[in-house]
Amino acid sequence: MSDDFEKFKACAVEILSVSPDQVTMEATFGEDLGADSLDLVELVMKLEEEFDVTVDEDELEGIATIGQAYNLIISKK
Amino acid sequence: MSRVVLVTGGNRGIGLACARAFADAGNQVAITYRSEAPADSADILCVRCDVTNAEQVDAAFTEIEEKLGPVEILISNAGMTIDKLTMRMTDDDFSDVLDSNLTGGFRVAKRAIPKMMRARWGRVIFIGSVVGSIGQAGQSNYAASKAGLIGLARSLAREFASRNVTVNVVAPGPVATDMFSAVDDAMRDAITGAVPLGRMAEPSEIAAAVQFLASDSAGYITGVVLPVDGGLGMGG
Repeated sequence: MSDDFEKFKACAVEILSVSPDQVTMEATFGEDLGADSLDLVELVMKLEEEFDVTVDEDELEGIATIGQAYNLIISKK
Repeated sequence: MSRVVLVTGGNRGIGLACARAFADAGNQVAITYRSEAPADSADILCVRCDVTNAEQVDAAFTEIEEKLGPVEILISNAGMTIDKLTMRMTDDDFSDVLDSNLTGGFRVAKRAIPKMMRARWGRVIFIGSVVGSIGQAGQSNYAASKAGLIGLARSLAREFASRNVTVNVVAPGPVATDMFSAVDDAMRDAITGAVPLGRMAEPSEIAAAVQFLASDSAGYITGVVLPVDGGLGMGG
């Protein structure tokens, strides 16, 4: 996996308090990772900082998996 | 247990009484002030900050975090009055008071809460006012700002309850502070006459309520408005 994904994974592990092997492209935030809406806001803020990008609120709609979130962040770089 | 406490507008009046009470109880206390740092503050970190300026708020928190650690207890107290009858009140008179008293509270809470969330422990206490509930002729701007804090506090209480961050309002009645010394004698007599307990509060009496809400004993209390008003607002 790319360095970007490793960086993304580290953020998710820290903010969501999950283990690195849980952070797969298919993992869903709610069911698989037990994240609630506050966790997601915190994660997005952390990702914005780490990747130096800005994500609008409406872009987050429908983002349910790690892969979707990762692709969104990478598309901003 | 020693906590890191920030009191905005902590250089005088209710804010200073809160800062002193928390410092005397062995906490690490910071205050923000706009005009002048208090004299009696050797054990208090004093940071100049105007809560109407988000950059200054961020800088003040950064300094406090570096010197004391993340803020665990936030007392949002900074505020101002521009008293006028509404017919004489300009849009700026109104919005300036809201920007300081209400939006200022939003700014400091927003800056403080992420660290509290991470710590899974936090206390936010807004200093409201009895006039936020009962209104006051000549203070429509101030009353609106203080009423607004209640909706703000209760929304934050719901948003962050799952992270063990409680958010409450202490609503003083008339308190013997500089803010009240601007009021003339006849007005002061009329106000204290309306208070069932027949006197103004001492700032320390407000601080005592704040300290209680900030304590571990108050861990199951969130979203409340605690009046400390000598009975003035009863039934409101």
